[in-house]
Amino acid sequence: MNLTLKIWRQKNSNSKGKMVDYPISDISPDMSFLEMLDVLNNQLIEKGEEPVAFDHDCREGICGMCSLYINGEAHGPDRGVTTCQLHMRKFKDGDTIYIEPFRAKAFPVVKDLAVDRSAFDRIQHAGGYISVNTSGNTQDANSLPVQKEHADRAFDAATCIGCGACVASCKNSSAMLYVSAKISQYALLPQGKVEAEERVQSMVNQMDAEGFGNCSNTGACEVECPKGISLENIARMNREYFKAKASTKD
Amino acid sequence: MATLDANIPKGPLKDKWTNHKNNINLVNPANKRNIDIIVVGTGLAGGSAAATLAELGYNVKAFCFQDSPRRAHSIAAQGGINAAKNYQGDGDSIYRLFYDTVKGGDYRSREANVYRLAEVSANIIDQCVAQGVPFAREYGGLLDNRSFGGVLVSRTFYAKGQTGQQLLLGAYSAMNRQIGRGKIKMYNRHEMMDVVKVDGKARGIIARNLVTGEVERHGAHAVVVGSGGYGNIFFLSTNAMGSNASAAWKIHKKGAYFANPCFTQIHPTCIPVSGDLQAKLTLMSESLRNDGRIWVPKKKEDVEAIRSGKLRPTQIKEEDRDYYLERRYPAFGNLVPRDVASRAAKERCDAGYGVNQTGEAVYLDFSSAIERYGKEAAHVKGLDENDKSLVEKLGKEAVANKYGNLFQMYEKIVDENPYETPMMIYPAVHYTMGGVWVDYNLMTTVPGLYAIGEANFSDHGANRLGASALMQGLADGYFVLPYTIGDYLSGDIRTGAISTDTKEFELAEKEVIERLDYFVNNKGEKPVDFYHKRLGKIMWNKCGMSRNAETLKSAIDEIKALREEFWKGVRVPGTRNEFNEELAKAGRVADFMELGELFAKDALEREESCGGHFREESQTEEGEAKRDDENYKYVAAWEYKGEPSEAVLHKEDLVYENIELKTRSYK
Repeated sequence: MNLTLKIWRQKNSNSKGKMVDYPISDISPDMSFLEMLDVLNNQLIEKGEEPVAFDHDCREGICGMCSLYINGEAHGPDRGVTTCQLHMRKFKDGDTIYIEPFRAKAFPVVKDLAVDRSAFDRIQHAGGYISVNTSGNTQDANSLPVQKEHADRAFDAATCIGCGACVASCKNSSAMLYVSAKISQYALLPQGKVEAEERVQSMVNQMDAEGFGNCSNTGACEVECPKGISLENIARMNREYFKAKASTKD
Repeated sequence: MATLDANIPKGPLKDKWTNHKNNINLVNPANKRNIDIIVVGTGLAGGSAAATLAELGYNVKAFCFQDSPRRAHSIAAQGGINAAKNYQGDGDSIYRLFYDTVKGGDYRSREANVYRLAEVSANIIDQCVAQGVPFAREYGGLLDNRSFGGVLVSRTFYAKGQTGQQLLLGAYSAMNRQIGRGKIKMYNRHEMMDVVKVDGKARGIIARNLVTGEVERHGAHAVVVGSGGYGNIFFLSTNAMGSNASAAWKIHKKGAYFANPCFTQIHPTCIPVSGDLQAKLTLMSESLRNDGRIWVPKKKEDVEAIRSGKLRPTQIKEEDRDYYLERRYPAFGNLVPRDVASRAAKERCDAGYGVNQTGEAVYLDFSSAIERYGKEAAHVKGLDENDKSLVEKLGKEAVANKYGNLFQMYEKIVDENPYETPMMIYPAVHYTMGGVWVDYNLMTTVPGLYAIGEANFSDHGANRLGASALMQGLADGYFVLPYTIGDYLSGDIRTGAISTDTKEFELAEKEVIERLDYFVNNKGEKPVDFYHKRLGKIMWNKCGMSRNAETLKSAIDEIKALREEFWKGVRVPGTRNEFNEELAKAGRVADFMELGELFAKDALEREESCGGHFREESQTEEGEAKRDDENYKYVAAWEYKGEPSEAVLHKEDLVYENIELKTRSYK
């Protein structure tokens, strides 16, 4: 395949960026999207130019490190995959492909296509845990049965990889899908219920402080989420939040 | 040749850990507040260690090269975590887990460490459940288990095919709690460049901020390296692109012995290599071997027809299929350990029965599992068990429930539906049993310097059993290191903060900067990957699934020559003071080039076959690995002497007091 790539280049967070054109040829449809960028980068290096910076690590869709806004969609045109699992067979010979970073006020560009998502970490620091010491002196794992349906739904929420596609896809740059996935995981499990009220309030407060927008229920996040995290989680988070607000003691 | 003392506590095996904990020195809570610990790496081992040390009251600085600790490659572990809970009542026990692990490791691991691992395994599950890790459950609300290779019980806990993710997020949440409390200071996008020794003790590290390029000094009373394995030395592996050996190699060069570098795990079920420009291989969890059956055609003409596209695998009749694992190993069948399964696949493919264009693939087939689960589901629901399409539908649902994400991953990569056509798989580099040598306290040969998780060597011998890596990472981080490190730190309560304004830090920093400058100023022509790929080819062809003296000797020569070429010819664009991924990669590959040579040297020295190390000169008439306990029942720990070729061998004799050494048989 022969393609034209239009790629966002930006030296660092302080500089202005722009789109730059790169033609690329002899791409096999069986290659992954990032392998295609590897080829481009090695060609650029051999020509004495600077390679394109992009985040990636596991290349099997689980670490959440890769990002990219490809032809106007987070993680590109395929559904249920991250960019590293996107294959060139989803494109046609002669295509022009636009490659941009995930854009949001809370995700400043580090360089080219790499962005800073540490706001996500800070939301977790605010309450994304169960306050139990790691001494191992807890009760036997089977002493507290959990209804299979609840355990399965908690698992579904917990599969969020923290990539930020939800934020990049949302016209308000809202992080509600991401935050609600963690809130839901714990809210559905008996172990997490003890601190549920404090957790939802502190995490939501931190989310707002980081400059993420609000949810206006368009559902773009759910469509673009590579792990299929459901909007149902946002509804659950809202319920948890109002419940917590209503019962907050002074 | 010197021998090494692992400081194993005296007394009966089952009391060693308890007695040791009772006898080692502790640091009181007030003094812990004055002690700093650096943890490098935030996977299961590093993340859990950082969280636990902080909870105990130490000041922790944690480092990871990724943009968040949650991305460490433990996240990609799929199948599960072992624990001797015996929830299934199938005869499991601490002893059996211990025994299986030592036997699975082909009697090249340390009894006392493995027993301790089995002992704390049950607590890991309790701990993770308390943290909200959503393990798979049965309808009664209790935890579910499955089987993994090399064992006859069901002791593996799992969260679909994402067990590593869920466990890592558990450790990450424990870290977040401590980051929120200010007890862990987290350094994302930072790479450890070297360890700094003061008066022979590890007293800090030099790190590079990967965003700004700034080189930083960090002091501490102890340094813990949990930076994972070195599988990426092969270029193509199931490791993440950033996974590297640099932290481990740097501490080796500063005095930590490196043990059994040739013990590498080639995992039997990975998606086969598709092309020259491929950057990484993808694992299909071993848990699939619970239900999938591995086969190749019996007849060469069928193989040809499949390769040329004239026949589909589903058209090969049952009697024309060779379920070679079931044939060769009837007792364990498809669940033989990984080293055995990998070699068996290689044997069939070398004999010309590989089923794809490259001749390097075998089938992993779920059709009988789909039928079995479908019938069971139909029976439970009171539906017609003889209705073929219904059974197929229900069976596919059941398989999707267990392995859905893996099947989806396969389909995305290969563009074939594994519910309809058998998967194609082939062995790939996955895990390294070798690593930094540590004693019973997980301390390296440098005082105050520790290695945990895959970065150390101690628990898996020459072959790791499935679902044991997660167990070891969390055991080291949650339950072992946080206590044993106190014994050492109790001597440091009066030391005070470690200053980084010393000549040792200055010198280490200078060396780091010189090397970075070398790369960006070098007038080379080829990118880092060009050399890394060539190193990978040497390693795979000459130090891969089977090795012999001749190929190993030539590997050593070739790696040396390639290393010289690399230093002369590598081109790193950009500068040192910016986000520069090529520069980071160059440093990692430079270290792989040295480690690769030690790897081959170690493999050459070990003239026996054991576990993942198969020396062609040492095999039985049936082609099985032939161990030589008389001459090689030891850990080979290498001391750095300026060049990998000059490394000096130290032996730690392995003493088996509780297990009788046997020829490993899975027949």
